[in-house]
Amino acid sequence: MGFENFGTVSFTAEAKVADFITQLEAGKVMATRCRKCGGSYFPPKADCPKCLSSDVEWFEVKSQGKLLSYTVVNYGPSGFENDAPYILALVKFDEGIQILARLSRDIEEKDIKMGMNLTVNPAKLPDNRIAYEFRRA
Amino acid sequence: MEDVAIVGAGQSVFARSCGESIRELCFEAYKEALEGLDITGNDIDASVVCSAPEYDKQRSPSGLISEYLELTPKPTFYVETVCSSSSTGLRVAWSLIKAGLHKTVAVIGFQKMSELSSRDAAERMGRGGDIIWESPFGITMPAGYAMYARAHMARYGTTEEHLAKVRVKNSHYGVANPKANYRKELSLEDILNSEMITSPLKKFDCCANADGSSCIILAGGDVAKSITKKPIWVVGLGAATDTMSMAGRKSLTGLQCAQEAAKQAYEMAGVKPQDIDVAEVHDCFTVSELLAYEDLGFAKPGEGAGLLEDKETYVEGKIPVNVDGGLLSKGHPIGATGGSQIRTIVRQLRGEATEAQVKDAEIGLVHNIGGVGQYGNVTILRR
Ligand SMILES: [Zn+2]
Repeated sequence: MGFENFGTVSFTAEAKVADFITQLEAGKVMATRCRKCGGSYFPPKADCPKCLSSDVEWFEVKSQGKLLSYTVVNYGPSGFENDAPYILALVKFDEGIQILARLSRDIEEKDIKMGMNLTVNPAKLPDNRIAYEFRRA
Repeated sequence: MEDVAIVGAGQSVFARSCGESIRELCFEAYKEALEGLDITGNDIDASVVCSAPEYDKQRSPSGLISEYLELTPKPTFYVETVCSSSSTGLRVAWSLIKAGLHKTVAVIGFQKMSELSSRDAAERMGRGGDIIWESPFGITMPAGYAMYARAHMARYGTTEEHLAKVRVKNSHYGVANPKANYRKELSLEDILNSEMITSPLKKFDCCANADGSSCIILAGGDVAKSITKKPIWVVGLGAATDTMSMAGRKSLTGLQCAQEAAKQAYEMAGVKPQDIDVAEVHDCFTVSELLAYEDLGFAKPGEGAGLLEDKETYVEGKIPVNVDGGLLSKGHPIGATGGSQIRTIVRQLRGEATEAQVKDAEIGLVHNIGGVGQYGNVTILRR
């Protein structure tokens, strides 16, 4: 399986990094690391442009991240109308990567603090779709 | 190698819905650009057509527009960097002339956004990000800039009122611009009380989608002097990129692509931020103009709001910015926007900006950004 059921609306399915989805379904959010030069990637890359190697390994994003910024989206684009309002956030993790995703609906806007600790976790969506989201650490 | 000048600059009226086809829309800008020049379409050696795809159904629009303007059999092609497409077109035209391949080149930018609903247009813009990893979360253009706004506020104490002051200024100048879509003056309260779109950006912090076209005609030095009394010289060009994904951004308090492009353009032109007499910056959102003040060196990082408090970016100020109303008043027909900004600076440097002329302007700057800080373009012009 590829990315066809990823997020509210997916726009393409095939990718060499489609294993990401298998692992997401198994409960893990993964990034890639180049076995040759150690470069780490999120969004995951199947190839390392630094050393031109395609020998990359998966590693789990397990650290507590820090909230860099967020926005409450009240106006969703086509395909996302029924999701709004939703909160998009950018979080920086100790593994040397940053991730954009939504905040869990358990977190209310008034409780958001810049720099707050968050983890990234798989999230089941309606209609057998899947994504990941940020939860309070 | 000879210098390159802008000899003609035109744009259509920017409107929510133009009621015409893209070829007819382009004609309006082309006509204004050619008017008053001692050349005709036959003297144009090549054209560069600029827009973002998927708003109208026409594939390969350059051929269509070339036919309508009777530019065949001269070469034409399409360039795209979303909202900065026509600044990229100018860069390409400059190099075609500099390389000696062509003497006179037209850069034609257009967008007809009214063929789509607002939500469908927002979906296209969302796909102007990373479609595997970020678009499926419902990212939009305003959401990306809203995250920059939130980060700037947290770090520097910038407020929603500071952002609103950008729109107060730009709406003031928009009233006088006959090419602008939005021509009503807005008060601080109007802006602060408008509907929240994506926090902290409200309805009046955002520019409107629009239909529009622009056309810039460039020529090599000797040709330029022979066809116009007022050539405007392209003296500085800067272009840079940042990651397509938001995840890749190293800073959220400024656009790194703009900082890098500005550095290149200043260096090439041999000028400093304080030498700029008038500027057009990419105010797709109020926060974008504030970031531009700092990214271009008009203010130190975190001090952009001070320029607004002191009215230094008004016509009478130290560095007038967007005194044609900006994108916030004109509207933002993506592919046409850069050309419209360039046209405004050309009119300022020629002393023809009757609506809001900056006294004795000699050096002008255009800052045109594609996407949420993905493509940065800075152009410096001199009379
Ligand atoms: Zn490597």
